[in-house]
This record gives sequence, C-alpha cells and structure tokens, in this order.
Amino acid sequence: MGERPSSHLRVREQDDIAIVEFADRKILEELSIQEIGEELDQLVEAGSAKLLLNFRNVDHLSSAALGMLITLNKKVKEKHGVLKLSDINRQIFEVFKITRLDRVFDIHESADHALASF
Amino acid sequence: MRSRPSDSADIGVSHHPPSGFGVRPQELTRLVAPNTLRAAKEPEERILTALRNNGFRDEIIFGVKLALEEALTNAVKHGNRGDASKHITVSYAVTPERAVIMVADEGPGFAPDCVPDPTLDENLERPCGRGLMLMRAYMTRVEYSETGNCVWMLRENR
Repeated sequence: MGERPSSHLRVREQDDIAIVEFADRKILEELSIQEIGEELDQLVEAGSAKLLLNFRNVDHLSSAALGMLITLNKKVKEKHGVLKLSDINRQIFEVFKITRLDRVFDIHESADHALASF
Repeated sequence: MRSRPSDSADIGVSHHPPSGFGVRPQELTRLVAPNTLRAAKEPEERILTALRNNGFRDEIIFGVKLALEEALTNAVKHGNRGDASKHITVSYAVTPERAVIMVADEGPGFAPDCVPDPTLDENLERPCGRGLMLMRAYMTRVEYSETGNCVWMLRENR
C-alpha cells in the first residue's frame, strides 16, 4: 500500500506493520493532538495491529501528547496489537524518562531496530 | 509580603515574585492575553526570544518552553475552563542568570498538592496529570499562590 494522504501523519505499510511518521515537528497544539489521536485510532480500527511511531521529525511535545500516546497504547493492547516507538531524540526521551513512560512504551533507537523486533 | 490589588482585573494575580526568585516586581514585563492557546503563543514567543538573547542553552530553553506551555495550557483549559471571555496574565523577567515567569488565570485555583503522582505504578497509564510534574522537573522552582490560580516559575541559567 502506498502513502496515504493525511493532514498530520505519514503512514506507510511494510509487511503487516504500519509505520507512522509525524508531519508536524511539534505534537503540541491541543487541536492537532486530538486530530492525531483520531487518525491513529482510525488506523487501529481499520485493522493495523502492529504500529510503529517514528519520532524522527518530532522536536517538541507536551503532557497532552503523552496522554494521547497512552490512550493509543491501551487501544492497541485491547486489540491485541503491538505499539512501538522509535527515533526519539535525546531531549524528548528525557521527558519519557522523567514521567517513567519509558517503562510503559516499547522504545527503540531506530525504526530498523523496532521493525526487527515485531 | 502579599499584594492586595484593588483593581478588579487583578484579583488573584500576585505581582510579587516569591522570595529568592531574584527579581523585583518593577523588573517584570506584564502581558495580558485572551484565553486561547493561540493567543498564549505571543507571550511564549517573547519569553523564548528573551531566553535566546540572554544566552540560555538550547537544552534549558527546551525545558522552559515545555514548562511554560504546560502552565499556559493549564491556565487556559483548567483555570479559565476554556472560557473565551476570560484572560490570562503572563509576567516575566529574563537576565543572563535567571528567568522568572508568572502565569495567572481568572479561575478559582486548585490545590497543587492534591494532584496524584503520575509516576506511581498505579498511575502510569493514566492519560492526564503530567503537566505539573514536568514543570517541576524542568524548572529550578515552581510555586503556586495561596489562591492556586497563579504560578511562579524560576529557571536558573546554569
């Protein structure tokens, strides 16, 4: 499947894994977080059980974005799917560590590492 | 010393930084913005520019930006409950040594000590409640006014 048009996400599929990149550098604005959450929900609802979120374009985030990721993670688990994160820059990884969310999410250094671990 | 402003628009807004913050009230720049996240961008941009102009490292600016955005979001969404007829007040002073920032809303305030610790195992998967802890993690000091609708933050540049 080719790249699907989307306002906030770039999604491509490799084998049965949906690889998601963020089009915005800031997953921050309340409205865009809500929309990103909805788009990701749709992916899960449409049957993408294996999801990789690539953070390489992201250089800032907020607690609301973390909340959206937690809600997504729960939804993926309910569907017996797997959510992995990759390419999180040092400063943003620090946010995950401070909030101890590095224990909640399966975080990989690179997309290749993450893909190999599904 | 606590200020008791008589102007009704100032109710609940403290003009005096907590002791030890290292700035005097007359050194603060004060901005009032409509209660929207978009309008809150202007004071944010001004403060971030002041940090760059005063030689703060990118790493510190990242943390101040994060903490400031959490404070602004809390004020707009929780304090003023998204009410577009209300306002937020932002006061700040930036020197090469420190940044002092105050964010106030017109809401009833809250008790910061009653916010559950989001890093406890039983709370880790709750989607909310991380803003305040991020503010505390990235700033040198974070203090709420007694009324709870006004937060003062200090970040030392070191």
